[in-house]
Amino acid sequence: MSEDTVSIDSARADADDHGHVAVAVTTLDAELIEGPSLATPDVAEYALWLGDDALVLAQQLGAWISRAPELEEDVALGNVALDLIGHARSLLHYAGTATNRTEDDLAYWRTEPDFRSLHIVEQPNGDFAHTIARQFVVSHYVFELYSRLRASADQTLAAIAAKAVKEVDYHRDHATQWMLRLAQGTDESRRRMITALSDLWPYVDEIFRDEPLIDRLEGIAVRPSSLRPAFDAAIAPVFAEAEVELPNGFVASGGGRIGKHSEHLAFLLAEMQVLTRAHPGASW
Amino acid sequence: MVTVAAHEAISRPRPIDAASLAAWTIAAQVVDPEIPILTIADLGVLRSVRVTSDAVAVTLTPTYSGCPAMDAMRDDVLAVLASAGYENVSVRLVLSPAWTTDWMSEIGKNKLREYGIAAPTGHATVRGSGPAGPIRLKMAVKCPRCSSLNTRELAHFGSTSCKSLYECRDCLEPFDYFKVL
Repeated sequence: MSEDTVSIDSARADADDHGHVAVAVTTLDAELIEGPSLATPDVAEYALWLGDDALVLAQQLGAWISRAPELEEDVALGNVALDLIGHARSLLHYAGTATNRTEDDLAYWRTEPDFRSLHIVEQPNGDFAHTIARQFVVSHYVFELYSRLRASADQTLAAIAAKAVKEVDYHRDHATQWMLRLAQGTDESRRRMITALSDLWPYVDEIFRDEPLIDRLEGIAVRPSSLRPAFDAAIAPVFAEAEVELPNGFVASGGGRIGKHSEHLAFLLAEMQVLTRAHPGASW
Repeated sequence: MVTVAAHEAISRPRPIDAASLAAWTIAAQVVDPEIPILTIADLGVLRSVRVTSDAVAVTLTPTYSGCPAMDAMRDDVLAVLASAGYENVSVRLVLSPAWTTDWMSEIGKNKLREYGIAAPTGHATVRGSGPAGPIRLKMAVKCPRCSSLNTRELAHFGSTSCKSLYECRDCLEPFDYFKVL
């Protein structure tokens, strides 16, 4: 790794007259567990599922910085996004070991049909209540998922989950407190919270759908459908305390795990990837 | 169940052999760029240093998954060992076992208080065998300025990933709290 330092320094000297700098792509350069860990193609696909969820959600939350209702929320959502970036880096790094690609290759050089994220994370930020509703659902789901993935037969996935679950616990708490506050606040905040939950609920079903990949990863992946009872049990008391009824309406088509996305994802990726694609290999 | 001996090994990873210990002592001088009174040894981020005949292998573990200070700490470890004459130094980031504030040394906690940041109180998690996940224990946070326990959380997420924002209701000062993880 000392060579990395040297290459960055020498690359800096190579900046041309236009200020273009050629630098080796930065990577996490981490081994996540002791010993060798290369993902099989199926495990890599599963790591992409979880890593893309974290990456897309982090990108969404980053857009709140300087726009949240109060300064503390700028900081809170920024911190949550940073944790999610960390999870995405670990998961994409691991996914990339199967095909000899870096986390940056995967984040910046895939288009939306190659993304495996759920539709719920690509739903627009909306107003603050919409973002809180999305955080509430996703952090409760991910908490239940990572709690179980700690026992995965795949040691790298288990290590990432054991690290991430402690952080997601704080995300879950944050979203829960806001949901209660908005639902029990003014008439206006309550109306917005209820609207946000009902707008979002069609996308909850997809989270818990099993794909054929899951059958091939017995003991390694967590079966999504197996998480539904724990998720329902975890959110029920919050809805009760908020005095909000569980939304009950239509179910969206889904398809994120096989690369079918809504148009929202394309706009999000365009913004996330534009700099890398305009200046390949650039760094600072 | 983790045995006491195994727990000691995890929480105090200082090497035994003289060559490794010498390199450890040097690497242990690297500080957290965001809280520069804390060394990576105080934090519990420095997990192992192994010196062999032709190489030095250092293992660090991140505090938070997305902590941007990790890259700086890694580079600083490489630099400090290189300037001490070590060649062929490698630094690896390892996620498992996951870092916890329980690994912060007592010296580190005292330094934090003197710096004006409340140190983590209590233990991070009660590790169950089931899938229930970690259970956080909430304890009163002591004001680093006047030592009052009459404090409250203003914002759970603070100036860095590892801190919350608190205020003291006696001396009325706001302060950072290094939250339990």
